[in-house]
Amino acid sequence: MSSELALGLLLYAVSLLTMAGIYGVLAIGLNIQWGYTGLFNAGIAGFFAIGAYVSAILTAASSDNFIGGFGWPFPVGLVAAMVVAGAIGYLVGRLCIRLRSDYLAIATIGVAEIFRLILKNEIWATNGPRGISNIPRPFESLSQPWSQIAFLLVVGLVVLIAYVLAERAGKSPWGRVMRSIRDNEAAAAAIGKNVTGFRLQGFVIGAALMGLGGALASHFFKFIGPEATEPLMTTFLVWVMLIIGGSGNNRGALLGALAVWTLWSATELLTSQLPPEWAVRATFLRIFLIGLGLQIVLQRYSKGLLPETLPKVDPSEFETPPGRAQEKAPAAE
Amino acid sequence: MIEFINFYLIPGLVLGCMYALGAIGVSMLFGILRFAHFAHGDIITMGAYLALFFVTALGFPVLLALPVAIVLTAAISVLLDRGFYKPFRNSPTIYLVIASFGVALMIRSLVQLIWGVKVESYSAGTFSKPIIFFDTLRLADKHMWIVGLTIVIVVGLHYFLSRSKLGKAMRAMADEPDLAQVSGIPTEKVVRATWIIGGGLAATAGVFLGMDTQLHTNMGWDLLLPIFAAAILGGIGSPYGAIAGGLVIGLAEELSSYPWIGVEPLLSPGYKTGVAFALMVALLIWRPSGLFRGRVFT
Repeated sequence: MSSELALGLLLYAVSLLTMAGIYGVLAIGLNIQWGYTGLFNAGIAGFFAIGAYVSAILTAASSDNFIGGFGWPFPVGLVAAMVVAGAIGYLVGRLCIRLRSDYLAIATIGVAEIFRLILKNEIWATNGPRGISNIPRPFESLSQPWSQIAFLLVVGLVVLIAYVLAERAGKSPWGRVMRSIRDNEAAAAAIGKNVTGFRLQGFVIGAALMGLGGALASHFFKFIGPEATEPLMTTFLVWVMLIIGGSGNNRGALLGALAVWTLWSATELLTSQLPPEWAVRATFLRIFLIGLGLQIVLQRYSKGLLPETLPKVDPSEFETPPGRAQEKAPAAE
Repeated sequence: MIEFINFYLIPGLVLGCMYALGAIGVSMLFGILRFAHFAHGDIITMGAYLALFFVTALGFPVLLALPVAIVLTAAISVLLDRGFYKPFRNSPTIYLVIASFGVALMIRSLVQLIWGVKVESYSAGTFSKPIIFFDTLRLADKHMWIVGLTIVIVVGLHYFLSRSKLGKAMRAMADEPDLAQVSGIPTEKVVRATWIIGGGLAATAGVFLGMDTQLHTNMGWDLLLPIFAAAILGGIGSPYGAIAGGLVIGLAEELSSYPWIGVEPLLSPGYKTGVAFALMVALLIWRPSGLFRGRVFT
């Protein structure tokens, strides 16, 4: 009896951490777009959906209900999800990237809703509202709880790679250019940076990460349908995570994902104890409180739990003594 | 031909009226407070449900519940501004946009908490037969009310904006905020008036949508993007443009599924709302100043 309870708790913790990890990937993607580059992407759900469907279609077993079902291995699905989401991000970005914050938000939310309509209506390709089920999850043949733990490790590895790369990129000269564009676009343009090009890069990288998050989610749930791409659960929650965690800070993004998701699912655990009629209502109370929490954080702690820390710049880097400039150039290569 | 009028043109006009009512508020708020108000759709939902309360609990007829809902929604809009938008008057607009996302979610979850997620209706079970003119032209009386009242409201708004001092101040602020401020226009008073008008018109749009179809908790959110499209089409900050934009978007959505070529609908009805989104994205990219060359905020 108690071992059953312990197993249940363990599975709950593992699934909580897995979801937090998936949201962490999305939050890092948004951090690159918003935290680094200042791009207000309100269409996270769209890129999430693209990644989820691409990976689902490539890895699921062949089916008459939707296009393909190619049965390809899981890593191929993940990479393809990133590539396709990034490529679509490039097309969207090419069109929209010059728009100012609110306009970009409206445009990206419009694009995401168009994706959702396509996924819902093109039944031959996506099985329409019924979605794609039986998406394989790696290590699912292992016994409980090892299969869940193994998948958590996969997600953890992906998060780690995304974090390390995003961190390195943020500290590199590339990251400095991104921040300069975010803080003062005119100044960045004046020193000869290709502002549009850099903004587009930030957008595409973020979109690819959002596609990756979508792919992981579809494998975790073993199912993806157009409802999963609802703006509330993806776009909005990821924004809340990044703002609460600390926009501009990758560790903040991960902490925000973990904190908000823990809060979200722990309160769900509590409300599920209520009688069914109240359990449904309590869900909305939770959403209300999350919205209120966001407002408080925005007004009181607008920098988030872990505020952005700008990389320390070593002044000697800029004061190259005369005569050493020629030696140093090839070494930096 | 008559089928075109009955099943495409009139529904398009009715939809256009609702978009126009929402878009006036979005456009003026964007012009005066300089941010895209993402909670406008959920204010529409709130207005519709407030009217529902008076219809179901107190037995008001819908058309009597409408003014009550307008007053309440306008008052709540002013309070929402106090609580959630005013603290950011001097911050980057992005804070306002994110705050409005939060407000949208809070309103929607409150509506869901109070009324549940079932589909509701003002007139459960009753079905009003359309009035038939010349044997073929069918006009539902709800549609006549919606279009008629929209015209009355728009004419009233026109007189307010062009004759009253406050209305002129609003237009001045939407046009040229810095100049308006140095010429001594009371900014906060104008902002309050904008919320009252925007909230009241949003409630009207919500009640009309509820009269035309049904009430559900996502009704306003579904209206939001076409409303943004209408506001952008008409040129941000221009209430008259927003009305024209609303009608154009409403008609474009309905007419897109008319069998213009052959017998098949030009576009599958499932993509109806996609027409508004696509129009909106295209406008933002190629003509962000709207059809009438309004302003673009940079």
